[in-house]
Amino acid sequence: MKRLRPFRAVPVRIREAVSGYAFLAPWIAGFLAFTMYPFFYSVFLSIHQVGLDPGHPQSVFVGLKWYREALTVDTKFTIALLETMKFVVLSTPMIVVAALLLALLLNREFIGRAFFRAVFFFPVIIISGPVVSKLLETDAAQVISPESFLIYDFVGTLPGVLSAPLIYIFDNITLILWFSGVQIILFLAGLQKIGKPLREAAAIDGASAWQMLWKIYLPFLRPMILLNTVYTIVVLSNFADNAVNRLITDSKQLTGKAFSYSAAMSWIYLLLIMATLLIAFALLRERKGRG
Amino acid sequence: MTVKEKTMPRLSPSRVQQLRHRYRRIGGRLLLYFLMIGVGVVFLHPILYMLAGSFKTVADLVNPGVEWIPSGLYTGNYSRAAAALDYGKSLGFTTAYTAAATVLQTFSCALAGYSLARHRFPLKRLWMAMIVLTFLIPANITLIPRYLQFFNYGFIDSPAAMLVPAAFGQGVNSAIFILVFNQFFSGYPPSFDEAAQIDGAGRLTVFARIALPICAPAIVVSLLFSFVWFWNETYNTALLMGESWRTLPIKLDSFVELFNNVHESAATGLGRINEGLTLAATVLVIAPLVVIYLVLQRRFIEGVEATGLTGE
Repeated sequence: MKRLRPFRAVPVRIREAVSGYAFLAPWIAGFLAFTMYPFFYSVFLSIHQVGLDPGHPQSVFVGLKWYREALTVDTKFTIALLETMKFVVLSTPMIVVAALLLALLLNREFIGRAFFRAVFFFPVIIISGPVVSKLLETDAAQVISPESFLIYDFVGTLPGVLSAPLIYIFDNITLILWFSGVQIILFLAGLQKIGKPLREAAAIDGASAWQMLWKIYLPFLRPMILLNTVYTIVVLSNFADNAVNRLITDSKQLTGKAFSYSAAMSWIYLLLIMATLLIAFALLRERKGRG
Repeated sequence: MTVKEKTMPRLSPSRVQQLRHRYRRIGGRLLLYFLMIGVGVVFLHPILYMLAGSFKTVADLVNPGVEWIPSGLYTGNYSRAAAALDYGKSLGFTTAYTAAATVLQTFSCALAGYSLARHRFPLKRLWMAMIVLTFLIPANITLIPRYLQFFNYGFIDSPAAMLVPAAFGQGVNSAIFILVFNQFFSGYPPSFDEAAQIDGAGRLTVFARIALPICAPAIVVSLLFSFVWFWNETYNTALLMGESWRTLPIKLDSFVELFNNVHESAATGLGRINEGLTLAATVLVIAPLVVIYLVLQRRFIEGVEATGLTGE
């Protein structure tokens, strides 16, 4: 009897593990073939000089030559890198804060709430590199047009620390808002998990809206602020129309440094983005021993 | 406030309190609507500008008096932009390709999600971490080597370059969908699966007949967002699928060139490319998504809410 049903004899734990791996197998195969392999291949590319025929790359080891060239010689890259990092680092906090504020407003009960929620989410559906670049090209995204110099003049009188971010907001307000759709909904869903009893109890104890924001909403939303920040950084850094991404694809066929130079550039970019993510983590993670 | 109480001596203190409360509420409401409408206008400004501009004739475009409302409903921009984009064919291809990628990605992510949700196995945490990592790593790091790799496989310049990775859980934002499926599959009692297994169902049957039907909302989320994100993905798609397989958004990127090719004789003079044409082309490219959103708006938003990424 036992010999007839050998499969049943295998311990449950092992059968579960086999089944688990069977379901995960397609993903693991894809991960190794289409993510891991290219990932390490790009390390290889970035320190070699490869032949232009992609079918038969003849590669010569060149060490960190491309990295050095990208960082010290190629002004086009450093400019694009600075522009993109500025875009990511300045936009992220603004997107997260804007999303939080809009979610707090949407969290109130009022007529038309669903409509405004739908409007705020709408850009998520249509945002793509080419569409955004066309909108910027045709000035469609320019809500506060530079013609209204009054605002700019006024902001110009403020100290630089204040005026620089303000001017950045004016110039990019639509983009900032357009990138905040998913984050608004995530914050909103989080806010609605704060039970009515808690809010009512706080109100009875005489907490003002301001106190409730700082003592209840923000601590409660903390993990979601981190989640949204990470999400925002990832989305912005992958955005097709950002300067570094454009430069990397444009330079893939450069004579003498085909593919490898692009790979080196993307590694420099990767390290900067990872550093940004780590800083975001360090700033926003849940701290133990603090209420 | 003391002044107010003095000028209205006939009101009892409690009534004053009540009135003050009501005025404050009305004021708050007004402020709320003011903010909502203001922000809403900023959100929709590009779309309104786009729609207005796309109906403008050349004369309207150069006329500073015509800012928002075009002098007539001129549809010439649309017909010429559609011709340049080869709209009918492009729309068919983009839809078919995006739908295929969506289905493949949804299926592969559901499998991975079910593995994580319903099995204990060695190194599970490692694979979890890897899944999250695939989301964090910028796409451009694997793009160039993928290009070389796929060149050898003969995937380059064909939709396979995007479809094959999607079928193996490496599509656009696959990691998010795996985590969403994991969340959903973990969310119903394991006894459902166990009961079916006791009745003799294999794991695959349990997955197909019990897990997937119960987690239909997760499938909807995955289908909707995969569709939108594959449609809008241009960075990898443009390079890997090449010149002959261009989706609508990719065509929009080289609209000027396409336009000049199709309307060759019009490269100069009044017929040449202008803002109205570019805006009409943009409207044409986003129109299918807008239609989907208008119909399924609620599902999109509920989808994000239901991801379970909001804790608990």
